[in-house]
Amino acid sequence: MELLEGEKEVIVNYVEGILEEFDPVQENLVPILQEVQERLGYIPALAMEMIATALDLPPVDVYGPATFYNQFRLVPPGKYQFKVCMGTACYMAGGQIALDSFERRLNIKEGETTPDREFGLEHVTCVGCCTLAPVVMVGDQVEGHVTPTRVDGILLAYDAITDEKENEGDK
Amino acid sequence: MSEKITITIDGKEITTDTEKKLLWVALDNDIYIPNLCAIREEERPYAGCRLCFVEIEGLEEPVTSCTQPVTEGMVVKTRTPQVDRLVKTSFELLLSDHRLQCNKCPKNKACELQKIARERKLKLKSKRIKHLERTFQIDDSPESFALDPSRCVLCNRCVWVDRNVAKAGCLGFSYRGINRIITTFNNVELTKSACTQCTLCVEACPVGALYFKE
Ligand code: SF4
Ligand code: SF4
Ligand code: FES
Ligand code: FES
Repeated sequence: MELLEGEKEVIVNYVEGILEEFDPVQENLVPILQEVQERLGYIPALAMEMIATALDLPPVDVYGPATFYNQFRLVPPGKYQFKVCMGTACYMAGGQIALDSFERRLNIKEGETTPDREFGLEHVTCVGCCTLAPVVMVGDQVEGHVTPTRVDGILLAYDAITDEKENEGDK
Repeated sequence: MSEKITITIDGKEITTDTEKKLLWVALDNDIYIPNLCAIREEERPYAGCRLCFVEIEGLEEPVTSCTQPVTEGMVVKTRTPQVDRLVKTSFELLLSDHRLQCNKCPKNKACELQKIARERKLKLKSKRIKHLERTFQIDDSPESFALDPSRCVLCNRCVWVDRNVAKAGCLGFSYRGINRIITTFNNVELTKSACTQCTLCVEACPVGALYFKE
Protein backbone atom coordinates (compact mmCIF):
# COMPACT_ATOMS: atom_id res chain seq x y z
CA MET A 1 0.00 0.00 0.00
CA GLU A 2 1.26 3.47 -0.96
CA LEU A 3 2.35 5.60 1.98
CA LEU A 4 0.51 8.88 2.47
CA GLU A 5 2.29 12.19 2.42
CA GLY A 6 4.33 12.61 5.57
CA GLU A 7 3.62 9.04 6.68
CA LYS A 8 7.15 7.87 6.04
CA GLU A 9 8.55 10.35 8.55
CA VAL A 10 5.96 9.30 11.13
CA ILE A 11 6.84 5.63 10.66
CA VAL A 12 10.59 6.21 10.88
CA ASN A 13 10.11 8.32 13.97
CA TYR A 14 7.91 5.87 15.83
CA VAL A 15 9.84 2.76 14.86
CA GLU A 16 13.18 4.29 15.79
CA GLY A 17 11.72 5.14 19.17
CA ILE A 18 10.31 1.65 19.66
CA LEU A 19 13.55 -0.02 18.64
CA GLU A 20 15.37 1.95 21.33
CA GLU A 21 13.14 0.37 23.97
CA PHE A 22 14.18 -3.20 23.12
CA ASP A 23 17.39 -5.21 23.10
CA PRO A 24 18.12 -5.92 19.45
CA VAL A 25 17.68 -9.72 19.68
CA GLN A 26 15.38 -11.99 17.70
CA GLU A 27 13.42 -13.01 20.82
CA ASN A 28 12.07 -9.47 20.87
CA LEU A 29 10.71 -9.61 17.34
CA VAL A 30 7.10 -10.29 18.28
CA PRO A 31 6.97 -7.73 21.13
CA ILE A 32 8.44 -5.13 18.76
CA LEU A 33 5.86 -5.95 16.09
CA GLN A 34 3.11 -5.67 18.70
CA GLU A 35 4.36 -2.26 19.76
CA VAL A 36 4.55 -1.02 16.18
CA GLN A 37 1.01 -2.17 15.48
CA GLU A 38 -0.20 -0.63 18.73
CA ARG A 39 1.20 2.78 17.83
CA LEU A 40 0.77 2.86 14.05
CA GLY A 41 -2.38 0.74 13.75
CA TYR A 42 -0.62 -1.60 11.34
CA ILE A 43 2.83 -2.84 10.37
CA PRO A 44 4.10 -1.06 7.26
CA ALA A 45 6.76 -2.71 5.07
CA LEU A 46 9.14 0.11 5.93
CA ALA A 47 8.81 -0.73 9.63
CA MET A 48 9.57 -4.39 8.93
CA GLU A 49 12.70 -3.39 7.05
CA MET A 50 13.85 -1.15 9.90
CA ILE A 51 13.23 -3.92 12.43
CA ALA A 52 15.13 -6.40 10.25
CA THR A 53 18.14 -4.11 10.07
CA ALA A 54 18.07 -3.51 13.82
CA LEU A 55 17.84 -7.23 14.65
CA ASP A 56 20.29 -8.20 11.92
CA LEU A 57 17.76 -10.46 10.17
CA PRO A 58 16.77 -10.69 6.53
CA PRO A 59 13.48 -8.74 6.14
CA VAL A 60 11.73 -11.94 5.03
CA ASP A 61 12.30 -13.30 8.56
CA VAL A 62 10.26 -10.39 9.94
CA TYR A 63 7.62 -10.83 7.26
CA GLY A 64 7.22 -14.52 8.18
CA PRO A 65 6.06 -13.99 11.79
CA ALA A 66 4.17 -10.81 10.85
CA THR A 67 2.00 -12.86 8.48
CA PHE A 68 1.93 -15.94 10.72
CA TYR A 69 0.03 -14.32 13.58
CA ASN A 70 -3.54 -13.22 13.05
CA GLN A 71 -3.12 -10.30 15.42
CA PHE A 72 -0.88 -8.43 13.00
CA ARG A 73 -2.19 -6.45 10.10
CA LEU A 74 0.04 -5.32 7.26
CA VAL A 75 -2.58 -3.07 5.73
CA PRO A 76 -3.63 0.18 7.43
CA PRO A 77 -7.20 0.14 8.74
CA GLY A 78 -9.69 2.36 6.94
CA LYS A 79 -11.05 5.53 8.51
CA TYR A 80 -14.28 3.56 8.56
CA GLN A 81 -13.70 -0.11 9.22
CA PHE A 82 -16.50 -2.47 8.21
CA LYS A 83 -16.45 -5.58 10.36
CA VAL A 84 -18.67 -8.27 8.94
CA CYS A 85 -19.65 -10.90 11.48
CA MET A 86 -18.91 -14.48 10.54
CA GLY A 87 -19.93 -16.02 13.84
CA THR A 88 -22.16 -19.08 13.62
CA ALA A 89 -25.47 -17.22 13.72
CA CYS A 90 -24.41 -14.54 11.25
CA TYR A 91 -22.75 -17.06 8.99
CA MET A 92 -25.94 -19.11 8.86
CA ALA A 93 -28.02 -15.99 8.21
CA GLY A 94 -25.95 -14.92 5.21
CA GLY A 95 -22.84 -13.19 6.59
CA GLN A 96 -20.91 -14.35 3.56
CA ILE A 97 -23.43 -12.66 1.27
CA ALA A 98 -22.97 -9.40 3.19
CA LEU A 99 -19.20 -9.75 2.96
CA ASP A 100 -19.39 -10.45 -0.77
CA SER A 101 -21.55 -7.36 -1.26
CA PHE A 102 -19.04 -5.19 0.59
CA GLU A 103 -16.18 -6.63 -1.44
CA ARG A 104 -17.99 -5.93 -4.69
CA ARG A 105 -19.10 -2.45 -3.74
CA LEU A 106 -15.82 -1.28 -2.22
CA ASN A 107 -13.79 -3.09 -4.84
CA ILE A 108 -11.46 -4.58 -2.22
CA LYS A 109 -11.07 -8.01 -0.68
CA GLU A 110 -11.57 -8.89 2.95
CA GLY A 111 -8.56 -7.69 4.94
CA GLU A 112 -7.90 -4.83 2.54
CA THR A 113 -8.40 -1.08 2.65
CA THR A 114 -9.41 1.24 -0.19
CA PRO A 115 -6.45 3.15 -1.69
CA ASP A 116 -7.71 6.44 -0.21
CA ARG A 117 -7.74 4.72 3.23
CA GLU A 118 -11.36 5.67 3.79
CA PHE A 119 -12.82 2.16 4.06
CA GLY A 120 -11.48 -1.11 5.35
CA LEU A 121 -13.11 -4.53 5.35
CA GLU A 122 -12.56 -7.40 7.76
CA HIS A 123 -14.49 -10.20 9.37
CA VAL A 124 -15.07 -10.79 13.07
CA THR A 125 -16.52 -13.80 14.86
CA CYS A 126 -19.61 -13.01 16.92
CA VAL A 127 -20.02 -9.55 18.33
CA GLY A 128 -22.71 -10.68 20.78
CA CYS A 129 -25.94 -9.65 19.13
CA CYS A 130 -26.81 -12.78 17.21
CA THR A 131 -30.52 -11.99 17.18
CA LEU A 132 -29.74 -9.23 14.67
CA ALA A 133 -27.87 -11.62 12.36
CA PRO A 134 -26.29 -11.00 9.95
CA VAL A 135 -24.47 -8.22 11.76
CA VAL A 136 -21.95 -5.64 10.57
CA MET A 137 -20.05 -3.26 12.83
CA VAL A 138 -18.93 0.14 11.63
CA GLY A 139 -16.65 1.53 14.30
CA ASP A 140 -18.68 0.72 17.43
CA GLN A 141 -21.98 1.10 15.64
CA VAL A 142 -23.98 -2.11 15.15
CA GLU A 143 -25.93 -2.66 11.93
CA GLY A 144 -28.36 -5.60 11.99
CA HIS A 145 -30.11 -7.74 9.40
CA VAL A 146 -27.61 -6.79 6.76
CA THR A 147 -28.97 -7.90 3.39
CA PRO A 148 -27.22 -6.75 0.20
CA THR A 149 -29.69 -3.86 -0.04
CA ARG A 150 -28.81 -2.87 3.52
CA VAL A 151 -25.13 -2.99 2.51
CA ASP A 152 -25.85 -0.40 -0.16
CA GLY A 153 -27.74 1.68 2.40
CA ILE A 154 -24.87 1.57 4.86
CA LEU A 155 -22.34 2.45 2.18
CA LEU A 156 -24.49 5.34 0.96
CA ALA A 157 -24.54 6.72 4.46
CA TYR A 158 -20.75 6.78 4.40
CA ASP A 159 -20.56 8.00 0.83
CA ALA A 160 -18.77 4.89 -0.17
CA ILE A 161 -20.35 3.58 -3.36
CA THR A 162 -17.41 2.91 -5.64
CA ASP A 163 -19.14 3.62 -8.95
CA GLU A 164 -19.43 7.24 -7.94
CA LYS A 165 -15.89 7.28 -6.64
CA GLU A 166 -14.63 5.85 -9.90
CA ASN A 167 -16.52 8.50 -11.82
CA GLU A 168 -14.98 11.13 -9.68
CA GLY A 169 -11.57 9.73 -10.49
CA ASP A 170 -12.35 9.90 -14.19
CA LYS A 171 -12.97 13.61 -14.12
CA MET B 1 34.38 -37.61 18.61
CA SER B 2 33.43 -39.96 15.83
CA GLU B 3 33.92 -43.63 16.43
CA LYS B 4 33.39 -46.74 14.31
CA ILE B 5 30.24 -48.72 15.01
CA THR B 6 28.17 -51.44 13.39
CA ILE B 7 24.45 -51.21 12.83
CA THR B 8 21.92 -53.34 10.96
CA ILE B 9 19.44 -51.93 8.47
CA ASP B 10 16.94 -54.34 6.91
CA GLY B 11 19.20 -57.25 7.81
CA LYS B 12 22.28 -55.67 6.24
CA GLU B 13 25.27 -55.10 8.54
CA ILE B 14 26.83 -51.70 8.07
CA THR B 15 29.95 -50.18 9.57
CA THR B 16 29.68 -46.45 9.99
CA ASP B 17 30.63 -43.70 12.40
CA THR B 18 28.61 -41.99 15.09
CA GLU B 19 28.75 -38.58 13.44
CA LYS B 20 26.18 -39.48 10.82
CA LYS B 21 22.42 -39.45 11.09
CA LEU B 22 20.65 -42.69 10.26
CA LEU B 23 19.09 -41.43 7.01
CA TRP B 24 22.50 -40.73 5.48
CA VAL B 25 23.95 -44.02 6.60
CA ALA B 26 21.09 -45.82 4.84
CA LEU B 27 21.26 -43.74 1.65
CA ASP B 28 25.05 -44.10 1.46
CA ASN B 29 24.58 -47.86 1.61
CA ASP B 30 21.98 -47.98 -1.14
CA ILE B 31 19.03 -48.40 1.17
CA TYR B 32 16.40 -45.92 0.10
CA ILE B 33 14.33 -44.05 2.67
CA PRO B 34 11.94 -41.41 1.33
CA ASN B 35 13.03 -37.87 2.20
CA LEU B 36 12.41 -34.34 0.93
CA CYS B 37 13.68 -31.93 3.54
CA ALA B 38 16.92 -33.50 4.76
CA ILE B 39 20.22 -31.67 4.28
CA ARG B 40 23.39 -33.55 5.03
CA GLU B 41 25.37 -30.58 6.31
CA GLU B 42 22.69 -29.41 8.74
CA GLU B 43 23.29 -30.31 12.37
CA ARG B 44 19.71 -29.58 13.42
CA PRO B 45 17.48 -31.16 10.77
CA TYR B 46 14.29 -29.39 9.76
CA ALA B 47 12.35 -32.66 9.86
CA GLY B 48 9.32 -31.11 8.21
CA CYS B 49 8.37 -33.55 5.48
CA ARG B 50 7.72 -36.53 7.81
CA LEU B 51 8.58 -39.05 5.12
CA CYS B 52 11.75 -40.64 6.48
CA PHE B 53 10.22 -42.78 9.22
CA VAL B 54 11.86 -46.06 10.23
CA GLU B 55 11.43 -48.49 13.10
CA ILE B 56 14.25 -49.14 15.54
CA GLU B 57 14.36 -52.21 17.74
CA GLY B 58 13.68 -51.25 21.34
CA LEU B 59 11.79 -48.07 20.46
CA GLU B 60 8.03 -48.17 20.69
CA GLU B 61 7.25 -45.65 17.98
CA PRO B 62 8.72 -45.10 14.52
CA VAL B 63 11.23 -42.22 14.35
CA THR B 64 12.37 -39.84 11.61
CA SER B 65 15.68 -41.19 10.37
CA CYS B 66 17.00 -37.73 9.41
CA THR B 67 17.10 -36.73 13.08
CA GLN B 68 18.19 -40.09 14.48
CA PRO B 69 21.82 -40.48 15.60
CA VAL B 70 23.25 -43.97 15.05
CA THR B 71 24.50 -46.05 17.98
CA GLU B 72 26.42 -49.32 18.25
CA GLY B 73 24.30 -52.38 17.58
CA MET B 74 21.24 -50.45 16.42
CA VAL B 75 18.76 -52.61 14.48
CA VAL B 76 16.65 -50.72 11.95
CA LYS B 77 13.71 -51.67 9.74
CA THR B 78 12.80 -49.29 6.93
CA ARG B 79 9.57 -51.09 6.09
CA THR B 80 6.98 -52.14 8.66
CA PRO B 81 3.20 -51.79 8.52
CA GLN B 82 3.37 -48.86 10.93
CA VAL B 83 6.11 -47.07 8.99
CA ASP B 84 4.37 -47.64 5.70
CA ARG B 85 1.16 -46.23 7.04
CA LEU B 86 2.82 -43.08 8.40
CA VAL B 87 4.73 -42.48 5.18
CA LYS B 88 1.63 -43.01 3.08
CA THR B 89 -0.32 -40.47 5.13
CA SER B 90 2.46 -37.87 5.07
CA PHE B 91 2.80 -38.34 1.35
CA GLU B 92 -0.91 -37.98 0.74
CA LEU B 93 -1.06 -34.84 2.86
CA LEU B 94 1.87 -33.30 1.00
CA LEU B 95 0.18 -33.96 -2.31
CA SER B 96 -3.27 -32.92 -1.17
CA ASP B 97 -2.58 -29.27 -2.06
CA HIS B 98 0.00 -29.91 -4.75
CA ARG B 99 -0.74 -28.64 -8.23
CA LEU B 100 -0.27 -32.02 -9.83
CA GLN B 101 0.27 -31.99 -13.58
CA CYS B 102 3.41 -34.01 -14.21
CA ASN B 103 3.24 -33.95 -17.98
CA LYS B 104 3.41 -30.16 -17.94
CA CYS B 105 5.95 -29.94 -15.14
CA PRO B 106 9.60 -29.10 -15.80
CA LYS B 107 10.68 -31.61 -13.14
CA ASN B 108 8.80 -34.50 -14.75
CA LYS B 109 10.91 -37.68 -14.40
CA ALA B 110 13.45 -35.92 -12.15
CA CYS B 111 10.99 -35.20 -9.35
CA GLU B 112 11.47 -36.54 -5.83
CA LEU B 113 7.72 -36.94 -5.36
CA GLN B 114 7.58 -39.22 -8.37
CA LYS B 115 10.59 -41.12 -7.04
CA ILE B 116 8.95 -41.69 -3.66
CA ALA B 117 5.73 -42.80 -5.36
CA ARG B 118 7.70 -45.27 -7.46
CA GLU B 119 9.84 -46.62 -4.63
CA ARG B 120 6.99 -47.06 -2.19
CA LYS B 121 4.26 -47.87 -4.69
CA LEU B 122 2.24 -44.88 -3.61
CA LYS B 123 -0.19 -42.90 -5.73
CA LEU B 124 0.39 -39.24 -6.53
CA LYS B 125 -3.36 -38.82 -6.63
CA SER B 126 -5.08 -39.99 -3.48
CA LYS B 127 -8.77 -40.45 -3.06
CA ARG B 128 -8.64 -40.49 0.72
CA ILE B 129 -7.88 -36.80 1.27
CA LYS B 130 -9.86 -34.06 -0.40
CA HIS B 131 -7.74 -32.15 -2.89
CA LEU B 132 -7.12 -28.46 -2.36
CA GLU B 133 -6.65 -26.50 -5.56
CA ARG B 134 -3.69 -24.09 -5.52
CA THR B 135 -3.48 -21.27 -8.02
CA PHE B 136 -0.74 -19.01 -6.73
CA GLN B 137 0.88 -16.55 -9.11
CA ILE B 138 3.97 -17.99 -10.85
CA ASP B 139 7.00 -15.70 -10.54
CA ASP B 140 9.07 -15.97 -13.70
CA SER B 141 10.89 -12.66 -13.27
CA PRO B 142 14.40 -14.14 -12.95
CA GLU B 143 16.29 -14.66 -16.18
CA SER B 144 16.82 -18.39 -16.05
CA PHE B 145 14.34 -19.76 -13.54
CA ALA B 146 10.84 -19.43 -12.08
CA LEU B 147 8.92 -20.16 -8.89
CA ASP B 148 5.51 -21.79 -8.79
CA PRO B 149 4.42 -21.85 -5.13
CA SER B 150 1.49 -24.12 -6.02
CA ARG B 151 3.96 -26.97 -6.46
CA CYS B 152 5.95 -26.23 -3.30
CA VAL B 153 6.04 -28.93 -0.62
CA LEU B 154 7.43 -26.54 2.05
CA CYS B 155 10.57 -28.61 2.47
CA ASN B 156 12.73 -25.61 3.42
CA ARG B 157 15.64 -26.71 1.21
CA CYS B 158 15.72 -23.51 -0.84
CA VAL B 159 15.53 -21.40 2.31
CA TRP B 160 18.41 -23.33 3.85
CA VAL B 161 20.60 -22.83 0.79
CA ASP B 162 19.57 -19.19 0.54
CA ARG B 163 20.70 -18.56 4.12
CA ASN B 164 23.66 -20.90 4.50
CA VAL B 165 25.28 -21.02 1.09
CA ALA B 166 24.10 -18.07 -1.00
CA LYS B 167 23.73 -15.89 2.13
CA ALA B 168 21.17 -13.73 0.34
CA GLY B 169 18.23 -13.78 2.79
CA CYS B 170 15.67 -13.73 0.02
CA LEU B 171 13.26 -16.63 0.57
CA GLY B 172 11.16 -17.61 3.57
CA PHE B 173 7.78 -18.97 4.58
CA SER B 174 4.87 -16.72 5.33
CA TYR B 175 1.31 -17.14 6.56
CA ARG B 176 0.14 -20.13 8.54
CA GLY B 177 -1.32 -23.61 8.32
CA ILE B 178 -3.01 -24.33 5.08
CA ASN B 179 -2.08 -20.90 3.72
CA ARG B 180 1.63 -21.31 4.31
CA ILE B 181 3.59 -20.29 1.24
CA ILE B 182 7.14 -19.74 0.11
CA THR B 183 7.67 -16.02 -0.52
CA THR B 184 10.11 -13.14 -0.65
CA PHE B 185 9.86 -10.20 1.74
CA ASN B 186 6.47 -8.53 1.24
CA ASN B 187 5.75 -11.09 -1.48
CA VAL B 188 7.49 -9.06 -4.21
CA GLU B 189 8.87 -10.60 -7.39
CA LEU B 190 12.24 -12.31 -7.00
CA THR B 191 13.96 -9.67 -9.13
CA LYS B 192 12.68 -6.99 -6.74
CA SER B 193 13.87 -8.93 -3.69
CA ALA B 194 17.26 -9.71 -2.18
CA CYS B 195 17.62 -12.54 -4.75
CA THR B 196 21.00 -12.58 -6.51
CA GLN B 197 19.79 -15.11 -9.11
CA CYS B 198 22.58 -17.48 -8.14
CA THR B 199 20.16 -20.37 -8.87
CA LEU B 200 21.40 -22.44 -5.91
CA CYS B 201 17.85 -22.66 -4.58
CA VAL B 202 16.65 -23.99 -7.92
CA GLU B 203 19.14 -26.83 -7.71
CA ALA B 204 18.05 -27.54 -4.14
CA CYS B 205 14.34 -27.84 -4.89
CA PRO B 206 13.29 -31.50 -4.95
CA VAL B 207 10.10 -30.82 -6.90
CA GLY B 208 8.90 -28.55 -9.70
CA ALA B 209 8.36 -25.44 -7.56
CA LEU B 210 11.68 -23.74 -8.36
CA TYR B 211 12.65 -24.69 -11.89
CA PHE B 212 14.87 -23.67 -14.79
CA LYS B 213 12.91 -22.14 -17.61
CA GLU B 214 14.29 -24.27 -20.45
S1 SF4 C 1 6.49 -31.45 -8.89
FE1 SF4 C 1 6.68 -33.63 -9.34
S2 SF4 C 1 4.71 -34.54 -8.73
FE2 SF4 C 1 4.43 -32.33 -8.88
S3 SF4 C 1 3.67 -31.96 -10.97
FE3 SF4 C 1 5.89 -31.75 -11.01
S4 SF4 C 1 6.67 -33.77 -11.58
FE4 SF4 C 1 4.54 -34.06 -10.89
S1 SF4 D 1 10.32 -24.04 -3.36
FE1 SF4 D 1 11.12 -26.14 -3.55
S2 SF4 D 1 12.93 -26.15 -2.21
FE2 SF4 D 1 11.72 -24.38 -1.63
S3 SF4 D 1 10.43 -25.07 0.07
FE3 SF4 D 1 9.24 -25.29 -1.82
S4 SF4 D 1 9.57 -27.38 -2.50
FE4 SF4 D 1 11.18 -26.92 -1.00
S1 FES E 1 -22.75 -14.57 15.32
FE1 FES E 1 -22.77 -12.54 14.61
S2 FES E 1 -23.28 -11.49 16.39
FE2 FES E 1 -23.18 -13.50 17.12
S1 FES F 1 13.71 -36.08 5.65
FE1 FES F 1 13.25 -36.53 7.70
S2 FES F 1 11.46 -35.37 8.05
FE2 FES F 1 12.01 -34.80 6.01
